[in-house]
Amino acid sequence: PSERKRFYQNVSISQGEGGFEINLDHRKLKTPQAKLFTVPSEALAIAVATEWDSQKDTIKFYTMHLTTLCNTALDNPTQRNKMQLIRAAVKFLETDTVCYRVEEPAALAELQKNEWDPVVAWAEKRYNVAIGSSTSILGPNIPASTKETFISHLASYNMWALQGIEYVITQLKSLILSMGLIDRHITVEKAVLLSRLEEEYQIQRWGNVEWAHDYDLCELRARAAAGTLFVHLCSESSTVKHKLLQD
Amino acid sequence: MAALGSPLQTFRGLLRELRHASGRPYRDTPAYQHIVATFRAHRVTSQKLCRAQQELHFQAATYLCLLRSVREHTALHREYHGKGERSPEEVAGLVGFRLPQQPGGKG
Repeated sequence: PSERKRFYQNVSISQGEGGFEINLDHRKLKTPQAKLFTVPSEALAIAVATEWDSQKDTIKFYTMHLTTLCNTALDNPTQRNKMQLIRAAVKFLETDTVCYRVEEPAALAELQKNEWDPVVAWAEKRYNVAIGSSTSILGPNIPASTKETFISHLASYNMWALQGIEYVITQLKSLILSMGLIDRHITVEKAVLLSRLEEEYQIQRWGNVEWAHDYDLCELRARAAAGTLFVHLCSESSTVKHKLLQD
Repeated sequence: MAALGSPLQTFRGLLRELRHASGRPYRDTPAYQHIVATFRAHRVTSQKLCRAQQELHFQAATYLCLLRSVREHTALHREYHGKGERSPEEVAGLVGFRLPQQPGGKG
């Protein structure tokens, strides 16, 4: 069921043995697989609680992206281990949106060059790898060393953060744009714009259709924002806190 | 670091979104209290930001994007996708047409 009546008055968070829990009235929130819903970060728990508290008469599950991400991390319904997640993420590089170029129409090819070249260049410099771009139907030829570098880098993230990273990559159809977000090089709005460059080009040419275009745009922004926030809140932040305390 | 705009704008935007999202007085909510405490404690609204503060600002801007996009998406869903069956007149109107008037027949 995509919707259900709101059955609780109060939403609160509490700290249990495994982490932070969400309480709907006196009931503890559980995952779809009936596990206790526990998250490692207080800020994440607060944001999840806010999702539940924002529901009016009906619970719109399709708007509760952080809850969904936590459920995926807790239940791991696809039963993938860390290495499988990392390989799935890096595999996207072979069909990365920003590497796949058209030759026609010329205006679109130019737009892709102007908007996507900088972010590819950023990734190549930041990770010291060769990526490039291609107009071939087979896509770019990514060197094995490039893939190894990204595999190594992603291995430094914990399982929860990795679920988030893989989610963002799937939504944006781009590993490079996702790393741009994770590394705080670009904003969510920019990442989504770059991911939807061809759509935006067509919209400029042919006009906007609110009930389709804006709908998709808002949904992609929401998902990319949720995924990015999820990754940052689940990553080790003790060094950040420490620096702040020293100020 | 991404071009983010002013932290004060982000802060205000977040408060605005929380006001929309919450049924009850939004100042009572954990989210409001957490955001105010964070911005206050780390003085993210000041002009010059150190790296840690910039990271916090990015996080805040990302959360603002999430809240805003969910609200806009929900509004669009309600407007265009939640209405059930539409009459032929309404459907025609969606793409800018009007049904023809036929004497003695439909329309």
